[in-house]
Amino acid sequence: MSQHYPVLLVTVPLLSAFIISGLSWVKKSLCYPLALLALGTSVFCAIGLLLRVLDAGAVEYHLGGWVPPWGIAYRVDLLNGLVLVVVSSVAFVNLFATHKTVQKDFPEKMGIFYTLYVLFATGLMGITVTGDVFNLYVLLEIASLTAYALIALGKPDRAPLASLNYVFIGTIGACFYLLGIGYLYIMTGSLNMADIASLLPPIYHSKAVLVAFIFCMVGVLIKMGFFPLHVWLPNAYSCAPEPSSSLIAPLMTKVMVYVMIRLIFSVFLPDFSFHVLHIDHALVWLACLAIIMGSLLALAQKNIKRTLTYIIVSEIGYMVGGVWLGNRLGMSGAILHILNDAIMTLCLFLAVGNIAYRLKGLELQDLKGLFRKMPVTMAGFVAGGLSVIGIPPTCGFFSKWYLISGAIQAGQYGFMAALLFSSLVNVVLFFRIIEIAYFEPMESLHGAASGHGIRQEAPLSMLVPLLFVAISLVVVGIYSGTIVNHLIIPVLPKGIG
Amino acid sequence: MEALIHQIVAKYNYWLYIILMMIGLYAMIAKNNLIKKLVGMNIFQTAIILFYVSIGVKKGATIPILEEHGAGMGEHAVRVADYINPLPHVLMLTAIVVSVSTFGVALALAVKIYQQYKTLEEDEILMRLREK
Amino acid sequence: MKRIGLLIVCLSGALLLYATQDFPRWGNPESPASTHVSPHYILKTMEETDVPNAVTSILADYRGYDTMFETTVIFAAGMSCFILLRVFKRKDEDRYYRHISTGITLRVKGEKAIPDRSNEFERIDTMWTPYDLIIKTVSRFLVPFIQIFALYVLAHGHESPGGGFQGGVIFGASFIVLAIAFDLRTALRRFKETINGLLSALGVFIYAGIGALCLLLGGNFLDYKGLAVIFPFDQAEARAYGILGVEIGVFIAVMAVMVSIYVTIASEGRHDEGL
Repeated sequence: MSQHYPVLLVTVPLLSAFIISGLSWVKKSLCYPLALLALGTSVFCAIGLLLRVLDAGAVEYHLGGWVPPWGIAYRVDLLNGLVLVVVSSVAFVNLFATHKTVQKDFPEKMGIFYTLYVLFATGLMGITVTGDVFNLYVLLEIASLTAYALIALGKPDRAPLASLNYVFIGTIGACFYLLGIGYLYIMTGSLNMADIASLLPPIYHSKAVLVAFIFCMVGVLIKMGFFPLHVWLPNAYSCAPEPSSSLIAPLMTKVMVYVMIRLIFSVFLPDFSFHVLHIDHALVWLACLAIIMGSLLALAQKNIKRTLTYIIVSEIGYMVGGVWLGNRLGMSGAILHILNDAIMTLCLFLAVGNIAYRLKGLELQDLKGLFRKMPVTMAGFVAGGLSVIGIPPTCGFFSKWYLISGAIQAGQYGFMAALLFSSLVNVVLFFRIIEIAYFEPMESLHGAASGHGIRQEAPLSMLVPLLFVAISLVVVGIYSGTIVNHLIIPVLPKGIG
Repeated sequence: MEALIHQIVAKYNYWLYIILMMIGLYAMIAKNNLIKKLVGMNIFQTAIILFYVSIGVKKGATIPILEEHGAGMGEHAVRVADYINPLPHVLMLTAIVVSVSTFGVALALAVKIYQQYKTLEEDEILMRLREK
Repeated sequence: MKRIGLLIVCLSGALLLYATQDFPRWGNPESPASTHVSPHYILKTMEETDVPNAVTSILADYRGYDTMFETTVIFAAGMSCFILLRVFKRKDEDRYYRHISTGITLRVKGEKAIPDRSNEFERIDTMWTPYDLIIKTVSRFLVPFIQIFALYVLAHGHESPGGGFQGGVIFGASFIVLAIAFDLRTALRRFKETINGLLSALGVFIYAGIGALCLLLGGNFLDYKGLAVIFPFDQAEARAYGILGVEIGVFIAVMAVMVSIYVTIASEGRHDEGL
C-alpha cells in the first residue's frame, strides 16, 4: 500500500468529503470525526511519502496505469514532499482548533462547511503533488472555488462583496495561467511537466514561449497576492470567518509560491528563467517594493486581522525576492520561508481566532488589558510576532538569515535593506499591540468587571493547538540547519549558481 | 504590412479569439455593474475555450470518432490526419464545467450582495460601506 | 478604472498577438500539438479501450483523473451555493392563496393557517404569473422524452458525441422545465432536497469509488484493468465498462447539482417560490 501514498493522500480526503456531505443530511454528529480521520490519514501519508523520498529519491505514480505523456503522472521530490507535510499538518491542526468556533457560528451548516474544508485541503494537496500542468489548473480551481465559498460566510455586509472581488481577480489569474499552458501546448504538444521541459530547449528563443512564461507567471503572481496584484487579499482574508481565515491564509499563497518555484525548476528550466530571460533584477526590485509597501500599509491599519493580512503581503515579497535572487542561498531561504511562514501565519491567526471567540471586536483598542484576560493566547501571539520580526531561536530568524546572505552574495543590497526595514516595522507593529494588550487597564467591554473571573481563556481545544504551533516555531527554528541541508539543498537544480 | 496581413490571414482564428478575450477582460475590469462584470468573465472564459478548441483543427479532417471500428487489429486504415486532435476537446470539457461552476458561485454571491444592499452597482455599494 | 482597464487589456492583447507569429499555420496537421501525443489516442483507442469515440476514451480513461476532479468542481459549486444562500428558518411572510371555485385571492399573514395543498385553496406565488394551459400541458408531455433522450446521450457516449456531462445536464434541464412551466414547489415535490443532496454526493462517490476499487484490485488508481479480475471481461472490455461506470457517476452528480443550483439561486435559498 505504501507505493500508493501519493494518490491516497489526495483521494482519501476526497472520498471522505462526499461521505461527510451525505452524512450532513442524515447524522450530523459524525461529520467532524470523519473529517479529522481523513486529514489525519493525509498527514500520515505525507510524512510516509517524505521519508520514502528521503530514502529512495523522487517517486513517480502513474494514474490509470498510463505512462506519461499519454496519462497523468504524479511526481514527488523533496520540494513537494516538504510542502505536502506542511499543507496537511496545517489543515489538520486548524481543523482541531476551530471546531468550537464552527459549532458556535454555523450550527446547522456544519456538515457542508466541513465538506468544503476537506475539499479545499484536497485541492491544495493535489496542486502540490501533481506533475501535469492541466491537472494543476483543475485542482487550482477546486481550491479557489471552495475558498470563495468559505470566505463569503463571514459578516453579511462585507464578506460576500470581498469574496466576489476575489472571484473576479482570482478567475483572471487562473485564466492567465490556462492561456500560458495553452501557448505551451501549441508549441510542444504535451501537458506533462517533465516532457515539456525536454521539448522546450530548442525553442527557448521563440516569442510564444516567452509570452507563455509571462502569462503563467502573472497568473500565479495574481493568485499569490504579490504587490501590486494583491488588492483582493486584505479584504478577503479579514472579512472571512475565523475558521476559514486561519485555514486559507497560511496555505493558499504559499502553495502558489510553490507553483512558481515548480514552474521555474521543472517546466521552464533555470536555464531559461535566469539565463535566457533577464528579468530577475526587475523582479527583485518589485519584491522590495512589495515588502516595503506591505509593511507600511500594515502600520496604517486599526484592525488586528487586517494588519496580519498586510504582513502576509510583505512575506510574499520575501519569498518572491528570494526565489529570483538566483543563487542557492536565496532559493533555500525562500523554500525554508514557505515552511516557516505557514507555521507563523497559522500561529497568529489561531491566536486571533481565540481572541475573537471571547471578544466582540478586533479593533486595536478592543485589545486593552488582554494579557490579564487571556495570557496563554497572548503568549502564543507574542511567539508568532517574534518569529515575524525574526528573533532567534524562532524559525523566522533563520529564513531571514538565508535571504539576507543570498542578497549580499547576489549584490542586491536593495533587497537586503528592504528586509531589514520590514523587520524594524514589524517590531513597531507588534510592540504596539503588546503594549496595548499589556499595559492599558481593562475595558468593561470584556464583560468581567470584578476581580473574580478576570481570566477568561479560550477553551482547551483551542489553546492546545496554539501552544503546539508556537512550540513548533522554536523547534523548526532550532532544526533549520538540518532541514536546509537534507531537504532543500538536494532539490535545487544545477542551473542555479 | 504585407507580412502582417499574411500573418493575420494564416492564423485568423487566434486573432479573433484573442480580441474576444480582451473584450471580456475589459468588461470584467472596467464595468461598474456586478452582473456586467460576470458577463465579461463568461465572455473571457468562453473565448479561451474557443481558442483551445481551434488548436485541434486539421484541414480536411473529421470528428474523432472512428468510423470503421471492428475492422480487425493490426493494419487498419486509420490515418491520424483524417481525424482532428481530440485532446483540446477533452481539456475544454473540463474548462466549460469549471466556468459554469464559477459562474454559479458568483451568481449566488451577487444574490447575497443584493439581499444586503438592494443594488448591484459597485460604486453605490462602496459608498454605503464608507458611510457606515 | 476604465483607463487602467484599457491599458491592461491593450498590453495583454498586444503580448498575446505578438506571440502568435510563432504558431504553426491554423489547420496544419504537422503541428506539434497534432503529432506529439494525440496520434497515440486516435490509433490505439479501439485496441486499448474498445471505445470508438476518442474524446470519451481520453476523458474517462487516459485522463480520467482530471475528469474526477472536474466532477468534484461541480459538486463543490453545488455545495457552495447551498451553504451561501440556504435559509432554513421561515420568516414571518405573507402568503397568497387563491380560492379555486371563485378565483378570489387571499393574503394570509404569518402562521400557516391554510395547508399548502387543499381542495378549496391553492397557493400561488408572490409575483403573479398567468395561468397558461398550453405551456403546462406541453411540458408535461415533453419531460419524459427529454429524460429518455438524456439517458440515450449517456448510454451512447461510446459511439457518438455524448457522455455523462451532456446527459446529466439534459436530465437536470427536464426538472428545470418542470419548475419553470409549473412552479418551484411542484418540481420540489418530485425531487426533494434531501434526495438531491444525497444524489450529488453519490454520483462523485461512484466515480472515486470505482477508482479506489481498481486500486484495491491491484492496479493503480483508476486503472480499469483491475476490473477484469472480478468481472468476466477481457482487458479492453473492462476499460469500456469502467468508462461506462464512471460516466454514470458523472451523470448522477451533474443532474443533481444542476437542479440544486437552479433551485437555490431562483428561490434565494428559501426553496418555496421562484421564477
